[in-house]
Amino acid sequence: MSLGVVLLCALLYVGILFATAWRVDALAKQGKSRLMRNPYVYSLSLAVYCTAWTYYGSVGRASASGLSFLAIYLGPAIIAPLWYFLLRKMIVISKNQRINSIADFISARYGKSGHLATLVTIIALFGVIPYISIQLKAVSFSIDVLTEHQYPYFKPDAPLLADATFWVMLAMAVFTMLFGARKLDPNERHEGLIAAVAFESLVKLIAFWVVGLFVIYGLYNGLGDLFTQAAANPETARLFSLSGAGVSPTSWTMYMLLSALAIMLLPRQFHVAVVENTHPRQVNTAMWLFPLYLLLINFLVLPIALAGKMILGSSAPSDTYVLTLPIHEHLHILSLIVFIGGFSAATSMVIVSSTAISIMVSNHLVLPMLIRLKLIGQETTPRGASTLLDVRRVSILGVLMLALLFLKSIGGSYDLVSVGLISFTAVAQFAPSALFGMYWRRGTRKGAIAGLWIGFLIWAYCLPAAAIAEAGFLSQSFITDGPWGISSLRPYHLFGMEGMDNISHAAFWSLLLNTGAFLIVSLYTQPSALELTQANIFVNIHRYVAGEEYDVVKRAAKISDLHRVMGRFLDPSHVSAIFSNFEKENKIKLDQQKNAEPELINYAETQLAGIIGASSARLAIGSVAKEENITLEEVMQVLEQTREVLRYSKALEQKSSELETTTRQLIAANEQLKALDRLKADFITTVTHELRTPVTSIKALSKILLDYRAELPEEKLQSYLNILVSESERISRLINQVLDIEKIESGTDEYLPTEPFSLDEIVRTTAGGMAQLFRERSIEFTSNIPEETLEVAGNRDRIVQVVVNLLSNALKFCDAREGRVSLSLQKAGSEAVLRVADNGKGIPPEQHVHIFDKFTQLNSKTEGKPQGTGLGLYITRKIVEHHGGSIKVMSAVGAGATFEVRLPIYPSNT
Amino acid sequence: MNFKPKVLLVDDEPNILTAIEFLLEREGFVISKAYNGLEALEIADATIPDLIVLDVMMPGMDGFEVARHLRQNSKLDDTKIIFLTAKGAEQDRKNGYANGGEYYLIKPFDNDFFVSTIHEIMAYG
Repeated sequence: MSLGVVLLCALLYVGILFATAWRVDALAKQGKSRLMRNPYVYSLSLAVYCTAWTYYGSVGRASASGLSFLAIYLGPAIIAPLWYFLLRKMIVISKNQRINSIADFISARYGKSGHLATLVTIIALFGVIPYISIQLKAVSFSIDVLTEHQYPYFKPDAPLLADATFWVMLAMAVFTMLFGARKLDPNERHEGLIAAVAFESLVKLIAFWVVGLFVIYGLYNGLGDLFTQAAANPETARLFSLSGAGVSPTSWTMYMLLSALAIMLLPRQFHVAVVENTHPRQVNTAMWLFPLYLLLINFLVLPIALAGKMILGSSAPSDTYVLTLPIHEHLHILSLIVFIGGFSAATSMVIVSSTAISIMVSNHLVLPMLIRLKLIGQETTPRGASTLLDVRRVSILGVLMLALLFLKSIGGSYDLVSVGLISFTAVAQFAPSALFGMYWRRGTRKGAIAGLWIGFLIWAYCLPAAAIAEAGFLSQSFITDGPWGISSLRPYHLFGMEGMDNISHAAFWSLLLNTGAFLIVSLYTQPSALELTQANIFVNIHRYVAGEEYDVVKRAAKISDLHRVMGRFLDPSHVSAIFSNFEKENKIKLDQQKNAEPELINYAETQLAGIIGASSARLAIGSVAKEENITLEEVMQVLEQTREVLRYSKALEQKSSELETTTRQLIAANEQLKALDRLKADFITTVTHELRTPVTSIKALSKILLDYRAELPEEKLQSYLNILVSESERISRLINQVLDIEKIESGTDEYLPTEPFSLDEIVRTTAGGMAQLFRERSIEFTSNIPEETLEVAGNRDRIVQVVVNLLSNALKFCDAREGRVSLSLQKAGSEAVLRVADNGKGIPPEQHVHIFDKFTQLNSKTEGKPQGTGLGLYITRKIVEHHGGSIKVMSAVGAGATFEVRLPIYPSNT
Repeated sequence: MNFKPKVLLVDDEPNILTAIEFLLEREGFVISKAYNGLEALEIADATIPDLIVLDVMMPGMDGFEVARHLRQNSKLDDTKIIFLTAKGAEQDRKNGYANGGEYYLIKPFDNDFFVSTIHEIMAYG
């Protein structure tokens, strides 16, 4: 076939891609395209996972080692159900944080660390450039095969401009620059590009099936025939079993793990799955559709491999069986279709990869440098936005150039599958920091950096470095004996590890030590405040995002950081003016050490944007607040909305917190009043009852006297009159005591004058006065009062009342027949201690506290109530307490009771 | 009147008991007295009075509780209970009837009214 025909076909196909992308972009611009919201388009775009490696390489792999090629498709298929949690969470986080690459994702999680973003970008570059290069190789190789090696343009040693691969690369670069870096979109969405990629996924699937069906039904009589013949051939029969194909379970597991991680962490996969995603709901469809796609595209790999092996054997490289089978049968149209399928697999991968990588390179490598070098964001430099796009475009070209150079230097000696797996192993290094970061708050920036560096270095040592040695750039002894002859450092047998293939070996050590370093360093380091905020957002994203709708960006930065960044672009007086203006507008005082409200960040950015352009301002503020991708319109919108809402809600908050305090105080006061009211009501009820009782007796008996005086015997008359007198006394006593309590409780009692008076004298006098009463009832009364003067300050009459109350109680409760009462006064330190003891029935311990309450009286079983109001001891206690003293009772049932009053001696012992 | 009705008076105030005792003895009732609830239950069980005059606010067991216990004693099915108390609230009155009292009198009382009420209750139940 002539080169012209092949190139024409390729150009035609690219033309279709252009048209598709252009049309979709145009529709999207008018807001008419619903394609992006279609979950099937989303699922097909994920199939960018299937590259030329799948298209050509799987058959190559299958013809060498049977089903082993399946491992890297089983991994993604197995992890797909977990996307419901994993990928959706990733998407919600990324939309909330305006994340536009895997580097951005990891850096955002760990406090928007620039170091991490750069590190991830570099690892991605190392991992992905060889991967892109083999796609270029696949395209040029397929043209070479198709044209039956007639042209010298496909030799690796051809000069750059004479190499067809260069022109292929250039065409892809143009397409990517046009559709991957056409505009600066805050969401980094490229509708046209994704539509083209989804279209390509269909093309490669259909092309592969066309050739597969041709092999099965054109070359054989169906699958059964093919397999029967293959089983009969010892060369192909061994491919049916895993062990026969020489695949160990370790490799199988490792490949599945690597591919399960790569499906989310490869820059291009992250780009299509997360960045280009328009709604997390789309994941639900992709969860079953994408594994189905993988099944379909792999279904016919083995038949083609078997047929190739049987028909072509080693006359053609096994990687080209898909193409060489139709060529061998001289079917030109079919071979062109196959070529287009492979071409589409390669181009989609190259386009998406270079778009994704260029975003990372421009945002995390080039722009930080430009901003630091003041090559951007100055009044003399061109507007930021166009510079940014230029950087993107140059990055795309640069990445593809690097891939081509790689291919031309050492890449030629590698097969498709190995390079793909090396790439997978590189991006798998993102797994600990990215995945743990979504669920483990404790992970720190230092931990992520340590893990990534260790994983990256081990990867680089075990795979690319070893590959360089194998390619002859280093001594072979590096591989066989280890550097400086240290055998435990052999790149394929690190620490003496045997029994693993090179990829599994490198993946095992790099991931193990990466994870270990991440966990250990995280546990031993402290996250910064920004890291904590970000960790919290990542881990608990569903608390921050209502439902799954994308939220307005929240940004955080220290005010001092904002100051510093703005100072890079403006003179200090201008910066101060901006901040003081903000303070004035919002009537607040800014603290340099505090975190700035999103409102302030937006304000600062808008102010800056007015002078140096929106993109530069975004980048500049982004260097501290890490939110580059937000348009000026969005900033304005957010600013307008949040400022109003914030101000309003702040005012509300203040008001409602004031109200809350007042309400709380009111409730407390009300409770107190209610309690007082209850006490008062209880008191009144009790007093009324206590008054009614004597009144009842008096009323009934006086009426009896009035009506039946004539028929009453003398002794009854006498007894009734006595009752009348004592009950009347009871009433007047009660009334006096109620008045006393009222005075004492309301605080109107006169405790002043506080001149000291001598307590011993009061006790002596009162005891003397009461002695007559004791004698009358033949109660033995003894008193022991010291000679020394014990002075007490307070209300003399009340103290007299205390002594009288205690002695009356003793008189009332002492033993009825052989009553004994004793009184003693003594000094104990700074207190005067008065004790009155009787020999009555005593008081059970559980009553010792209650007897000093209102209306508590001890009741006897047989004699009814003792004569008393139940207020005496209460009043006594109150008086003593008002004088700064205390009262207690010591008693046991049947052993009498001793009341002890302690009063402070004046002057109180200083 | 061939037989003398038996009345049990229960109150923790001896002076009130003195007054009622006089009034009812004069009317020909046979009087027994108790100063608290437990005593009242013992005496009632032993003597099976026709009528019990019961105070409510008493130390230990209150009058309502005494009435409930009395009502559980089947020997006292024909015994009538009158509450005589200083607790005059509507709720107390309801409690009295709920606990098996036939009548609820408030202290202080009128002697003549008291006596005629007792007679009425003894006659008509």
